[in-house]
This record gives sequence, C-alpha cells and structure tokens, in this order.
Amino acid sequence: MADASFGFSTLQMGELAIGKHVHYILSVEKKKDSFESVVMDHLRMNGAYWGLTTLDLLGKLDSVNADEVLSWIMACQHESGGFSGNIGHDPHILYTLSAVQVLALFNKLDVLDIDKVATYITGLQNEDGSFSGDMWGEVDTRFSYIAICCLSILRCLDKINVEKAVSYILSCKNLDGGFGCTPGGESHAGQIFCCVGALAITGSLHHVDKDLLGWWLCERQVKSGGLNGRPEKLPDVCYSWWVLSSLIMIDRVHWIDKEKLVKFILDCQDLENGGISDRPDDAVDVFHTYFGVAGLSLLEYPGLKAVDPAYALPVDVVNRIFFGR
Amino acid sequence: MHGRPRKAPKPEDEAASAAKAQKLRALQTQFFSFHHDQIYTKEAVELSAKLLEINPESYTAWNYRKLAVEHYLSQSECGPDSVKSVLDDELRVVESALRQNFKSYGAWHHRKWVLSKGHSSINHELRLLDKFQKADSRNFHAWNYRRFVAELMNRSEQDELKYTEDMIYTNFSNYSAWHNRSVLLSALLEKKAEGFLLKENVLPEEYEFIHQAIFTDPDDQSGWFYNLWLLDQTVTTDSPLLVSTWPTCGSDVLIMGDGCQNGSFSPFTTLLSDSGSFPIILYFNQPVEGVNSSTVTIECGFDKNGYLHWEPLSVSNSQAAQVWVAHLKFPTPELDSSVEVRVGHSKGIISTRGFQYCHPSTFSFNVHVQPVERDSFQVSVAESILWREENFKIYRAQLEESIPIASFDQLCIKNGHESTASNWRTEALAKEIECFRELLSLMDCKIGKLTLARLLMAYDAMSIPFATKLVHSEEVLELYNDLMKLDPTHHRYYKDEHSFVLLQKMTSSKESLLQHCFQYKDSVSSVIGNPICLRLNNLSLSRIGAFEKLLWVQMLDLSHNELQSIEGLEAMQLLSCLGLGNNKLRSVTALEPLRKLKSLRVLDISYNQIGDHSIDTTRYLCSSPLSHSVGSELNKDETVISDASLVNYWEAFYMFKDLNLNQLDIVGNTIADEKFKSALVKIMPTLKRLDGKVLD
Repeated sequence: MADASFGFSTLQMGELAIGKHVHYILSVEKKKDSFESVVMDHLRMNGAYWGLTTLDLLGKLDSVNADEVLSWIMACQHESGGFSGNIGHDPHILYTLSAVQVLALFNKLDVLDIDKVATYITGLQNEDGSFSGDMWGEVDTRFSYIAICCLSILRCLDKINVEKAVSYILSCKNLDGGFGCTPGGESHAGQIFCCVGALAITGSLHHVDKDLLGWWLCERQVKSGGLNGRPEKLPDVCYSWWVLSSLIMIDRVHWIDKEKLVKFILDCQDLENGGISDRPDDAVDVFHTYFGVAGLSLLEYPGLKAVDPAYALPVDVVNRIFFGR
Repeated sequence: MHGRPRKAPKPEDEAASAAKAQKLRALQTQFFSFHHDQIYTKEAVELSAKLLEINPESYTAWNYRKLAVEHYLSQSECGPDSVKSVLDDELRVVESALRQNFKSYGAWHHRKWVLSKGHSSINHELRLLDKFQKADSRNFHAWNYRRFVAELMNRSEQDELKYTEDMIYTNFSNYSAWHNRSVLLSALLEKKAEGFLLKENVLPEEYEFIHQAIFTDPDDQSGWFYNLWLLDQTVTTDSPLLVSTWPTCGSDVLIMGDGCQNGSFSPFTTLLSDSGSFPIILYFNQPVEGVNSSTVTIECGFDKNGYLHWEPLSVSNSQAAQVWVAHLKFPTPELDSSVEVRVGHSKGIISTRGFQYCHPSTFSFNVHVQPVERDSFQVSVAESILWREENFKIYRAQLEESIPIASFDQLCIKNGHESTASNWRTEALAKEIECFRELLSLMDCKIGKLTLARLLMAYDAMSIPFATKLVHSEEVLELYNDLMKLDPTHHRYYKDEHSFVLLQKMTSSKESLLQHCFQYKDSVSSVIGNPICLRLNNLSLSRIGAFEKLLWVQMLDLSHNELQSIEGLEAMQLLSCLGLGNNKLRSVTALEPLRKLKSLRVLDISYNQIGDHSIDTTRYLCSSPLSHSVGSELNKDETVISDASLVNYWEAFYMFKDLNLNQLDIVGNTIADEKFKSALVKIMPTLKRLDGKVLD
C-alpha cells in the first residue's frame, strides 16, 4: 500500500476509527430484530455488499464466516437465475449485482452457474438497449450499470447488446454533461456514477465531455468540504462515492479539495459506537459507512486498500478477476 | 437512512422499536405465505396494503399487487366498473405510500404501471404533481412522472416550456426547472418548431431570463449550467469544421530518409522518415466519423490510385475522432510533387451529434523527398538526447520563413462561414461581456469572473479569421489568477484553465512562438534529424492544449512543469522526441495518448510520480481488459498476457508493447526498480537505451 503523498498531518485532520467501524458492521449483521433492520430486510443483499466490502477495504474480511454468507446468498437465487434482496423476496437486478460482487470478494465466483445468471440479465435488456430491473419493467440507467458491471465481472459482457446499451445510456446524457435515470431525467450524481461507470467498463468514456461534466461534478463540493448530489442540495457522505468515483474515472478529481473532503467524511464518524452517517451528528448506517470508507480509499487515505472506481470493489479483487490465474 | 439525528437509544425506545419490529415481521411472514401460495383474496390484498403503508420500500409487495390486479382483471365477471374500482384502489395505495416516502421508486413505478392500463384522469395526475412540486420542487421522481404523463396526454413541448417558466418565476433557485427547460428548448430548436426556427431569435430572451437568476443571487448554482449551455449554443456551429492540417496549405515539405540537412528547406517543414511514407493530419473542431478515401480525396503526381487508409486518433475502439491521420507512401526514394487534398467534397463526414460536414475544403502543398546518401547513413546507438538547458540553442528564423501557425487565412481552408449571419454570435457575446462586466463592477463574484473569462475566450476564438492575436488573453489569465484566490477549493480547475489559455496565447503569433523554438546543439542525429524543438519548460503548466497549432512539432520539451495529464497529445503525430521529465504524471496509464505516436523514439518521463499513488485516475482512459478496449473484440485472447512474469506489470505491457522507442528515461519514479526495468526491456525489444544505459 503506497502512502498518500500529499503530506497533511493526521493530528490536524482526525483519524479513521477503523476498529470501531469493524465492530459496528459486525454488530449490524447480527442485530436483525430492531425496527430499522426489519424495514431494510428486503435489501439485505445490498447491506451484505456494503458491509463486507467495507470490511475488505479495512483489511478485515476474515472477521466474518464466509461459508454462512455464501450459503445464504445462494439461498436467495431464484429459478430465473436472479437473486432477491433476502430469502422470500422476488429476484431483482439490484440484488443480483450485490450477490455477484460479494462472491467476487470471497473469490467464490466459481460456485455460480454463470450462464444462469447471464440469462437472467440478458433477458432484462429491452429493444432500445435499456435494462429493466425485473420482469415488471421499471427502466433506469442504474440497471444499465448493473447489467454491464455484473456481466463484466462474470467475463461474459458480450452476451448483451453492448452497442445498444451504450447508446441508451448516451440518450440519457444531459446538456450539463451529466446523466439522468431515463432520457430527459435531471443529472444526479448517483445516476452519473452509474452511467460513467458503465461507459468506463465498455471502453466508451470518449463519449463523455470530461471538462463539462468535471466542472459540474467539482462544483458539488460545498463550503463545509462535503459533496452534494446536485446543485443547491445538502452535502452527504454517500456523494463522496458517487461524485468522487465519477471524477476519478474521468481524471478530474484534482478539481476538488481532497483534504477538505477527507475532513468532512471523518467528521461524519460516530467515534463512540462506530459507523459513519450522511452528515455530522446524524444517525449512522452501513450504507454511509461503506461510502465514507470507499471515499477515503479513493482519496488515498492511509491504511486502506485501494478501491476500483468503476466496479466498486477492491482493486486487488478486480485485478484478480481480469489478470488472476 | 438520511437526515435522522444521532441519539443514544433509550431503553423504552428500544422496547418500542422491538415491538414495532415484531409486528412488521409478523405482517411480512403472513404476506410471504399469501405471495408464495398465489392467494389474491380481498383479505390478502388488504394485508399487502398495510405492509406497504408501513414500508413502501418492500418491493415484493408491489410485485404481488400487480399479480393480484392481473389475476382479478383476467376473471370473466370483471366488468368496466370493477376494473375502475380495482385500479382506483391501486392509485390510493400508491398515494398513501408516497405520503410516507415521496421518493419511493416502487410506489412511482406502480403508479406508472397502473396508468399504462389506461386509467385515471390526466387532470388528477397533474393535480397530484402540483402537490408534489409545492412540497419539493426538486423531486426528480415527480419531474420524471410529469414527463411520463405529458407524453401520455400529448402535451406540447411549448406548453411544458411555459410550465418551466412558471416554476422558475416562482423560484429562480430551481435547477430542476432549468434542466427541464434546457431539454424542451433544445428539442424545439432541433425540430425547428414554429417560433423556434432561428437560434439568434430565441437565445437573447433566454439570456435575459437567466441573468435574472444569476444576478439576483450569484452564489446560487441553479442558473450557472444553463448559462453555460446558452454560451455553447451561441458559439458552436452545428456542422463540424476543419480547423487545422499538416502539412499546412501552401507549405514546402522536405522528407528525408536520413539526417542530412538540406539548407534550402526550413526545419519547420523538414521531416525525417524511414518508413517510406509521411503523414497527412486533419484536425476538426469536434469528433467526426466517416473520414475515408471517398470523403477525402488526394491528387498527387506519384500516386494515381489515391487510396489512403484514414485512422481516427481516438482512445479505445471509437470510430469517431477530432483528429484523423493517413500515411501517403512515396514510391521512389527521390521525388518532387505537389499534393492536393480535398476534404468533404462528397457527403459522409458526420459529427457525433449527427451533423454533416458541409464546407468542402481544399488545401495543397509541395513535397520533396530527398534520397538517402548511403555512405553517410549511420546506425548510431551511442547518441542519446539529454534534456538539459545547455544542449539547446534558440532558433533564429529567416525573415521570410513561414512558421506554421494555424490560422484560417494561412491555411487557405475555405470554411464557408455564414459570414454575415455569424455577426449575431459575436454580437450576442459582446452583449454578454458587457452584462458581466457590469455585474462585476457591482460585486466580486466567482461566477461573474468565470463567465467573463469564458466569454472573452469565446469572443477571441470567433474573431480569429480577422485578427491573428488573441486580444483578451492577458485579461483572461488575470481572471483565472483572481479565481484561484477567490475560490481556493477549486483552485486546480482554474489552474488547468489558466494553463490552457497560456498555451493558446503563446501559440497565437509568430513572435511569441519563436521565443520557444530551439534546436538541439549536438550534431545531427540519424534517428531524429535536427528538427525544431518546441520548449515549453518551467511554465507551471498543469495541462496542455492548442494542439491544432502544434501539429508540425517533432521535438517537444515539456519538462519541469506540473502536468498530470497529456490528454490530446495523440494529435501530435510527428513527435519523435518528447521530454516530460519533472512533471506530475501519476501512472503508466496516464501515458496512453503516446500509444498513437508511431514516430516516437525518444521519451523522457523521469522524475514524475509513477508508483506513488494507490489510486489510478486514468485506469479507465487507457486500453485494457478492464474496459474491454484491447483489440477490436470483447473477451478475446488478445488480452491475455502470455508471459506470466509480466502480469504484475500489465499497465506497462499494454502501454509500451506497440511503441518503438529507442531511448527511455524513467529514473526518479517510485515504480522504476530493477524488476520493473527488466520487465520494460522484455516488453520493448527495440529499446536501445534505458536511463542512460546502453542495452545489448
């Protein structure tokens, strides 16, 4: 792990309470009976991805029982090949990606029947190149990213019509350089991450006006140093991922003040109980804990594994997929 | 998950929460059994409504309700009244869910699904939307739904445009409204709808409108991006233009097979080439497709065939590029001929925005090929280029010597401008400049300075056919200096813009360019000849540009700057020697543009930051399996690195394997240990010198 070379003093900027966050994530995993937990029951697969990827970035993936996680994941796979958010729920493309990502973390992609998963995903591509989330037909560029990222991890991207998928994404490009969820949809950092990530993975970043989008993205940094998701909105730690990874993929991250952002993220920690929240002094959750840690990784905060901005997995995991034996 | 205050849980809260949780779990368990057993009785469907009221994000319940509706609708006793009542129920459930969470994807989609069954009154939907707009004018779900409804009821774009106007007048700080306005307005302009035929009639009103937003509160970003779009609409011509070429129009080019100097030709137009061909470069103002031997024809004495293979200079597999290159072979080692290049005389060149190239252009030049003198030809390995101050002497140009500064009159590129019509553009810019000068006289604001800088640059760029100097450069540089102080958070954005303007300024006139033209002092190199070396050192450049003016450059010294990117450098097809030492390049992948420089022989990347950073910001801007951009097909064996020892150096493998470097300097980068250097030697068999050491 190369040290960050922009030399600010750790005393000045506070510290990342790694131990506390590991403890927090492991406790959330166990606490299934609070109201907050039950209400999020349906997206436990996403929660597993957020929690486990954070643990891996902190170098602590071995704190969990891999076998338990893996058998629960496989129990969420349906006949159609797709995965549900939790046992009992219907399959959806959202949870299919998270399942595949977690398997990649544990280097267990070989337990999958890849054709089965690929069939589920290719079946969701529409005539115009867009992707539906499930059989009920909701279309959103988030699902385009998911399909492309997932099949790429499984090394079978050519099973979808990539050209059409890319042209649909481009039809969602706005005049401010950003991207929305459907054609005409307002630019939003989350959608921008999805579209830029999908274009990155398909070697199509030349379609992005990097200077125009870069300026829109860098102006997400507000006075407090945090990033918002679109103009005139409040900053939120999760945008430290959506905005930051987009900036990194188009090589414009130097247009924000990295030190100030690091400070903002660290200020969002709950130093007593662990976890990171959307804003300082708000309630923490696994979602923001992941995005805070991943954001710090992108900012080269010392002691963290490097994260890949397009696949949203540790770089060593991605390299293992593409170059490993 | 958002906006909840952090507070320590009190025991009574925890007990209440546990009780709620149990209740919800019981509800869920019961729901699952109905869903999995496909039970759609009234009671079962009611239960799902209860569940969704508490938790509208429980997506499976929305799926279940759709199945229940379909099940009910398929029954024979289902008449039009019962259909209405069933669908009304659904709309009610959605509204109740949206009250809980007006950003619920599941709820909004369910509503669209119900509407697609052909039910509900459009007016009811619009009233609902108005309620949501009042509650949160930035709710993008509501705006998306509005688009959906507008399409369903065939509402005109003009009507929707009026709606955005009303919203903006209610509150200027409504980015969502400005965004929607931009979508509608650009559609109307593109269609040339009635009242929207000419941009010059439409834009002035828009400028007035946006001024109200910006000038009321300059710190509010809502209008900034719309304003930038208006500027782009004012400045950009739809159809692509040819901006620059190499060779330049009217030039006399000497191609040498070896390093023998020929006094009667200018080193500016002398090229060393051992490939039996020389490049022809076309530089457009935007990326285009369709440049081929039908759309670009060559007429010259020595090539009757006239077939040329045109290659787009783009990263990855894109068929579109701003810069295109072809190589014209000369059949005999000695030659004297004129060459005429005709661009776009037949249709086919098209911009990525879909506009045809419609200004047929012609340029011609003379080419003289000098034969190789066998006995003076040396294959010298011992020479190496050392990028030191003392090795360069300034070049003294002859009085009449033609310096290839790209300007329209010199290039003889007849771009059929809308010469009088283009006045509206310069007039609009002049008016804007006046407005923003006025704003700045009243208050010192960031958007004021930034917009003025952009306007002045655009104004100068428009004036180029009539004046070769960029009149406002000094002022623009000052503005960016001010902005770096005024807005330190975005200091490096302004720095990049500053560098860009500085380069434009330095390359805008013969006098300023000559100050940076040198020649290498040592005796003529057989590898590179003795070209002009353009030296742009110690200028704190963080970014480079003005490539359309630098196509002629064979030797470039950019050492001792702050470059972290060399984006765009692929246009400089004549480059054989490049000095990038003492800059801020962060990774091997940042060198990607060099992969297109087939003539590059000498490269200095010493004393950069390659290896210092754990995060690679050009990882997806280079050719690699991660972005499916190696070779021409996805998932093919071309991507496999056969030599196992090179897998750890995959970036260097893809980067250097197709380059034919003779000399490479890499010392002073963390990555350059002995292992890395021996990997490089394996990857580049043609390399003769590495960090000063001669290789065998």
